[in-house]
Amino acid sequence: MTITFPHMGQVYIPVKALFDDLGVPVVVPPPVSNKTLEIGTRIAPEMACLPMKINLGNYIQSMEKGADTIVLTGSCGPCRFGYYGIVEQEILRDQGYHAEIIILDAPGRDPRDLLRKIRKISGNSPWKNIIRAFIQASKIVEQTDKLQGIFLRKRPRELNKGQTDDLQSRFEKQILQCRGSKEVMRLIRSFQVKADGIPERADANPLRIGLVGEIYTLIEPYVNLNIEYKLGYLGAEVHRGITIADWVKTHLSMDRKYKKQRKEKLKKGANYLNLCIGGHAWETIASTVDYADAGMDGVIQILPFGCMPEIVAESIIPSISRNRSLPVMTLTVDELTGEAGYLTRLEAFVDLLSQKKGTVYE
Amino acid sequence: MSKLELFLGLDVGSVSINLVLLDQRYRVLEKLYLRTQGKPIAVLSEGLERLHHTMPAGSTIAGVGVTGSGRELAGAMVDADVIKNEITAHGMAVLQSIPDAQTILEIGGQDSKIILLRNGVVSDFAMNTVCAAGTGSFLDRQAARLNIPIQDFGSMALKSRSPTRIAGRCAVFAESDMIHKQQMGCSLEDIIKGLCEALVRNYLNNVGKGKEILPQIVFQGGVAANEGIRNSFEEALGHPVIVPEHYDVMGAVGAGILAHKAIQRGQATKFRGFHSIRGKFTAKSFSCSGCANLCEIVEFFSDGNIKARWGDRCGKWSAALVNNSQADILA
Repeated sequence: MTITFPHMGQVYIPVKALFDDLGVPVVVPPPVSNKTLEIGTRIAPEMACLPMKINLGNYIQSMEKGADTIVLTGSCGPCRFGYYGIVEQEILRDQGYHAEIIILDAPGRDPRDLLRKIRKISGNSPWKNIIRAFIQASKIVEQTDKLQGIFLRKRPRELNKGQTDDLQSRFEKQILQCRGSKEVMRLIRSFQVKADGIPERADANPLRIGLVGEIYTLIEPYVNLNIEYKLGYLGAEVHRGITIADWVKTHLSMDRKYKKQRKEKLKKGANYLNLCIGGHAWETIASTVDYADAGMDGVIQILPFGCMPEIVAESIIPSISRNRSLPVMTLTVDELTGEAGYLTRLEAFVDLLSQKKGTVYE
Repeated sequence: MSKLELFLGLDVGSVSINLVLLDQRYRVLEKLYLRTQGKPIAVLSEGLERLHHTMPAGSTIAGVGVTGSGRELAGAMVDADVIKNEITAHGMAVLQSIPDAQTILEIGGQDSKIILLRNGVVSDFAMNTVCAAGTGSFLDRQAARLNIPIQDFGSMALKSRSPTRIAGRCAVFAESDMIHKQQMGCSLEDIIKGLCEALVRNYLNNVGKGKEILPQIVFQGGVAANEGIRNSFEEALGHPVIVPEHYDVMGAVGAGILAHKAIQRGQATKFRGFHSIRGKFTAKSFSCSGCANLCEIVEFFSDGNIKARWGDRCGKWSAALVNNSQADILA
């Protein structure tokens, strides 16, 4: 059994460490690229959302490297994502691939089913080891997000243009060489120190932009055309409401305090939307209000083409924007997105915010 | 006699390349509207040469701004002081000439956009995303198909008595619908007017969706020359629509203004005179094999020396050059 899993930003870091700790062979899919998308686009239904096309590309590229078992999480259908696992399995079978897909659904009617699956992908390790590996993985999630946060903070402030990107790409190369949570953790911590040491411009006063929208599009840089880099370069500090850690805490952990905080945050959007309508639409609305409260200069919503929950959110956002006089821009991405037009919009939005803020027109 | 300081604004777009010479009070002394014809480097060089000859005696270029989809290319060619996106440039141009404007409708060759201005700054904007129906290229094509010079297209629409309804959602379907209406025996004027209405409807429903369109409304871009479209906008919006004098080169005007503002802030111009643009510009492209993205990298040379690179997703190639030039400055 050699396991693989779909990419979503830096999720591969904790997941690889987890399987390394359990001694289960694991293949990290090659970084998402045009080729990945090409494979996925060829075999997925045309109207399927972008993340699914990329998932399929990941699986096939991993299978070429020897993976035979695919693990992904299900979610009992908050949106089309709930059917990904099943549909993907059918598509792979039609294409003549015989990998086994193991879908980890949140424990609903039958918690024993989930436990059985976890045991299976853990190579039947004793429960004690499994729990320890999961705890380590969740710590890695937290530290990875923290490192990511430092990069985001540094990019618009760095003294020497490109230093943050340089450090980040070195990190991404080295992390793949690490085996097991201990090595991973050591590397992350050492890069946190390095990132903290990046010299900043003394006069840096970046704009602050909040990102909201569909989780996969937000987290996977290939899909959002590296929006965090681009905004950073344009001189904006990017804040992202949804991180990997948030997702883990919401769906997998028992962290009561976090869940309470999350509920309170969702309540902020109550005037506009007060229930889950699927996907992350509720989070999108609540985060937009939250960013207005936090005094952000602007908000960018980003979604894959055809994402129903986010389309609903998109139509609600203008009222928040009006009431709070908060500039909001929506970007839709799919495999046909042209990078030039995308960059023009980001540049124009940053100009708009800096004019509004009254900073120099440049 | 003190030297007359002028500012050069360039808008390098997909369909046209526009050049303007502004004085310090942002009056347009000279403007050129040239067709890109897929050869931006050659057309821009020619345009600059022509503009150079029209410069008043004793005047100098004190700053250069570029905008448009070809702004990187043009910026590298002329050593521009400001390289700005079209939204900011168009907004700037209107704010200077029509300060109480609140809405800009801009329809160019291959894109259309709406820009909202409030309290003297750009407050919101949108660009067409998925479809080019209703842009200049489409009108060009329909005029050619109907065998009418594009200049006469608008005035013919005004002669219509009962416009036909054309399906304007998609350029291909609009065309088949127009053919259908022709075969039903509708007059050419009515069809053309119907097309204008369809394009305006399409624009307002797509680009203008959810935007609060308040007067003064300014209509610019190449398509603003078309009286038929302007008339349909006025009917649909219920307000007069202003077409500024230099409607076809507003992007270039904005770029020139932005250059002036940059120089005012104390930036020294990088422009080194027209003679420096006379060199031989060449562009080469290659496919980077650094990862599976296989980005197509374009390298831009002036007399064999590399001036700029673009096209890389990761920034490896474009950044390498930036660092080099920084090193040059420090050396």
